[in-house]
Amino acid sequence: MEEFEPKIVGFLCNWCTYAGADLAGTSRIQYPPNIRVIRLMCSGSVDSIYIMKAILEGADAVLIGGCHPGDCHYLNGNYKARRKIVLVKNILETLGMEKERIWIRWISASEGQKFADTVREIVEETKKLGPNPVAQRWNI
Amino acid sequence: MINISVDGKQIKAEKGELLLDVLQREGFRVPSLCHHKAVQPYASCRLCLVEVTNRDITSITTSCNYKIENEIEVITGSKEVKDAQRMTMELLLARCPDSVELKAYAEEMGVEKTRFKTRTSEETNCILCGLCVRVCQEVMNIGAIGFANRGTGSKISLPFEKYSEICHSCGACEFVCPTKCIEVEKICGFKPQRIESEFDAGLTSRGSIYIPFPQAVPNHPVIDKERCMYYLAGSCKACEKFCSADAILYDQKDEILTKNVGSIILSPGFDTYKAPEGDSYGYRIYPNVLTSIEFERMLSASGPTKGHIKRISDGRVPEKIAWLQCVGSRDESCDHTYCSSVCCMYAVKEAIITKEHQPGVETHIYFMDMRSFGKDFDKYYERGKNEYGVVYRRCRIPQITQNRETKDLLINYIDDDNKIKEEPYNMVVLSVGLQPCNALGDLGKILEVNLNQYGFIQTDPYFQTHTSKKGVYVSGSATEPKDIPESVTQASAAAADAVKFISDVRGTEITEKEYPAERDISNELPRIGVIICHCGINIAGVIDVEKVVEAAKTLPYVEYAADSLYTCSQDSLENIKSKIKEFGLNRIMVASCTPRTHETLFQETLREAGLNPHLFDMVNIRDQNSWVHRDYPERATKKAIDLVKMGVAKAAELKPVLHHKVSVNKSALVIGGGIAGMNSALSIADQGFKVHLIEKENELGGNIREIFLGIGEEDPQTLLKDTIKKVMHHPMIDVHTSTMLEDISGYVGNFKSSLKNSEKSETIQHGVVVVATGAEPYEPTEFEYGKSPDIIKQRELEKNLAECKKYISELKEVVMIQCVGSRNDEHPYCSRVCCSNAINNALKLKKINPGVSVYILYRDIRTYGFREDKLYREARKLGVLFIRYEKEREPEVTIENGEISVRVLERVLGEEILFHPDKLVLSTGIVPIDNTTLAQQLKVPLNAEKFYIEAHMKLRPVDFSVDGIFLCGLAHSPRFIEESILQAKAAGSRAATILSKKHLETRGNIAYVTSRNCAGCQLCVQVCPYEAIDFDDEKKIVVVNDILCQGCGACSAICPSGTSQQNSFTKKQVISMIDVCLT
Repeated sequence: MEEFEPKIVGFLCNWCTYAGADLAGTSRIQYPPNIRVIRLMCSGSVDSIYIMKAILEGADAVLIGGCHPGDCHYLNGNYKARRKIVLVKNILETLGMEKERIWIRWISASEGQKFADTVREIVEETKKLGPNPVAQRWNI
Repeated sequence: MINISVDGKQIKAEKGELLLDVLQREGFRVPSLCHHKAVQPYASCRLCLVEVTNRDITSITTSCNYKIENEIEVITGSKEVKDAQRMTMELLLARCPDSVELKAYAEEMGVEKTRFKTRTSEETNCILCGLCVRVCQEVMNIGAIGFANRGTGSKISLPFEKYSEICHSCGACEFVCPTKCIEVEKICGFKPQRIESEFDAGLTSRGSIYIPFPQAVPNHPVIDKERCMYYLAGSCKACEKFCSADAILYDQKDEILTKNVGSIILSPGFDTYKAPEGDSYGYRIYPNVLTSIEFERMLSASGPTKGHIKRISDGRVPEKIAWLQCVGSRDESCDHTYCSSVCCMYAVKEAIITKEHQPGVETHIYFMDMRSFGKDFDKYYERGKNEYGVVYRRCRIPQITQNRETKDLLINYIDDDNKIKEEPYNMVVLSVGLQPCNALGDLGKILEVNLNQYGFIQTDPYFQTHTSKKGVYVSGSATEPKDIPESVTQASAAAADAVKFISDVRGTEITEKEYPAERDISNELPRIGVIICHCGINIAGVIDVEKVVEAAKTLPYVEYAADSLYTCSQDSLENIKSKIKEFGLNRIMVASCTPRTHETLFQETLREAGLNPHLFDMVNIRDQNSWVHRDYPERATKKAIDLVKMGVAKAAELKPVLHHKVSVNKSALVIGGGIAGMNSALSIADQGFKVHLIEKENELGGNIREIFLGIGEEDPQTLLKDTIKKVMHHPMIDVHTSTMLEDISGYVGNFKSSLKNSEKSETIQHGVVVVATGAEPYEPTEFEYGKSPDIIKQRELEKNLAECKKYISELKEVVMIQCVGSRNDEHPYCSRVCCSNAINNALKLKKINPGVSVYILYRDIRTYGFREDKLYREARKLGVLFIRYEKEREPEVTIENGEISVRVLERVLGEEILFHPDKLVLSTGIVPIDNTTLAQQLKVPLNAEKFYIEAHMKLRPVDFSVDGIFLCGLAHSPRFIEESILQAKAAGSRAATILSKKHLETRGNIAYVTSRNCAGCQLCVQVCPYEAIDFDDEKKIVVVNDILCQGCGACSAICPSGTSQQNSFTKKQVISMIDVCLT
């Protein structure tokens, strides 16, 4: 059987983490191609629905990437994201789902290496976790 | 062009091209060690074997020296080919079994070990590829090295095995060697100096063609002419052969441009103090002594160690680090008698970040006075101690010694009990100061501006953007060492000054571009055009672009899909425009590089083609795909297809976004008629805009009316009189004294305020607001103040000194106590001016009455910048005595029979000293006025101490987060007159960025609310950081202020009904992306 390759959906803020991911590119820092990035203006605009939707559609992990605390381009969007993630994780836990699939990381525009390391880490950890059970369709 | 087939794929090649070059360009992975674009093919490593069928003859051959002459069929991935390549690798491994590089390469090719007999006694890892010899001969035109002997005895050698006399020590051979087995040192006989990377402060080396730093603008490489072998010896030109865009121009020359300008701003910056090699700190001799700049690079996530702190000597992680402050500052021996102002804070920051990176590491800072005088700096300093465990030791270290074996460093210091102690460290950081930048001398001469005694640009004492030459202004550390917020503030101030003379020609050299009318697409179904970019080989080298195009063609609503070599090139953009017309496209999706740099360019193209610019979307298949997934071409192609699907799904949902325009009322309201408010008003008025200046008192001036002495000869009262005169006579300024702001409504560009004085209420309209409401002096209750006429405040003494009161010359002993009402639990901040004021008063006192003994009881002396030399050093020279006390043990003041007693613990003596001063002078701090009402009216925030909070401490130091409102003076934080003036002008400059616009335009990605779905819950009102959403009490729904909205999308994320949405990032758009990427 082929090795399990997790599908990761990333919601990255335009100013820090998306720029950090770009820097990983300009610096040619290699990481596994498991992530599909959706660019948003701010991590604070990540709706809980986006995360739930991604998990329910079968994403094996979701990354929310924002600016470091205190560095948000929109003053405090990253704090809003942080609070929201706690709630989403609670909901997932209540539903008996794995909250470990949700990742939130502060990666600045100068941290290309950190972005690459983060993706690598998520891939490794998610491999240990195995595929998202929600992704398995009924086989009738 | 010749068509060739590679693994079943048809590709094009030029006649005579080398097969390996073509394969690599098209993204086929063929191993090779001896091939290099700059030299002739040699086929010595024989790894690049492929199967070629030419006119029915099939053979396995090396591709690096195979010239394409006619149509051929090539197979790179068959088992036979791979086996042949692996066999060759095994042979190479047999020759060089110990080469780390070779083993890694073998592993990549799937070769674990060689089956052949390996050589063991070999000294060299040379695979005899001859690349070094060829580079030296063909590229460098030198030929210092060559092959010697034959057969199994062959080797790379120097003539007669002697050091080469003709070697240029350029290092090309070392650079190209695939197994890292050749060293220039062994060829030329000495160790050539590496080119130190300026950006990494010498911690790494760089090439002679290089990109100065990762975020450089423009992000293009430059050639270091002093080091490039082409300019030095006429050889090399290797970079030219690698640049597929032919962008390297060796004959580019410096050009002299002539520009006519109305004013000039100098911002040449500073140099860091160069710690001399081999001084008592052993910099550059002891490997583990670093400067703070080097350490800063080490701490940086994008630095040479990727943020990991490592010892230079052995790469070990240090467990104990010391910072030595005042290296090249406050030091007569290096002529830097001034304080560099920034080192205390950066050392604390570095120590804290080190602790965050590496919990458990011990960080000690050795300092003389902790100069954390800026806004909220004291809190940071205290946090370093209390939360992070940074140890602060008050001692200047004369010398560092090194343990020869461990390379650890030893420091002797004097502890709190006056005992000499020795402490070892794994690493020592020298907190180097700031000095005038090298170019200043020349620049000063060219522009005829004077430099001061310290070598910085001389400025007017109160107007620190003014140089000695009219029309030439200055900002930043070129005038005095300063940190980022101060530099940014001064820069804005200089801009305001520079605009003053040329404001009447503002905008006259701008020609506005005209666009065709936007096509109405409201009745059209989506017709999407998709362009997949090759970006030369940057994308196509990894990703199968053709496959992506094919996939794009199958997606819903896609009417046109094609690839393009460079989508951003002018002809490609023209092509997009013509395709929009030809296919009636109404949305464009480009898969190429990052939207952060290229989105606006493509949006512009859409506008030129008569489409709304927001009918464009872009996905990033270069920076976030081909560049980072080099090793997974197939999965990268899959990823690119997914991203294109997502981009197309979003594009189908895109709607035109209209930018609407709002007119700007070109006048300003300045609240507060102190020195800051007046200067701000003057700055705005001088730039040609109307100003309403309101002051609650019945006359202008504020705090400066009580300030009588300047540091030098300057006179604050003259400044006050001049400023009032200018303000009162300025035709563009309306002064409203005894006036308060009663009410304010509206938003940036269009405010409406009612002003109220004792007689009437008046309504004015204005485009911006400047808050300059000031602060007030602290009224002391401690130290028996008020109980004796001889216990006075510093302000009272200053006034008496200015008036030359008779008692001054009769004083015998004066004691001053610092930090009264500052840096305590009630006021946990430094009032910044009190140290300098006290010392200045002490100096003036000594001048009038040389016989008086002055004792200053202090916690830290914070005479930053030139004040260190002009005040602190001067006072010590004149015999003013400074006695330090701790916050925990304040001086005790008692009054008995009218006699004042002051007891203080003298730490050096270890004894308590008793004074009976004639006057006890309290250096009282600055406290904010009650700003609560105004803050609520303007909807701007206050910090814990009730000073206003700016939008960003460093980058927007005089802006509020709410658009159109600015801040200056003591309402921001305690500061000197000249600093308030800089802030005032900066606020004026920032205000003019709005007032100078014909109209304000809304951003593209702002929020909008569909009113029929709004339940009026107002969650969005609460989360909006810009006060951009209001609740309409009548309709019970929320309304977005398009001008104030900055487009963060927080409201759309919190809205439970999906009513509040963000343009270009609607929920439908984002969810459609999630959907397609997972199915």
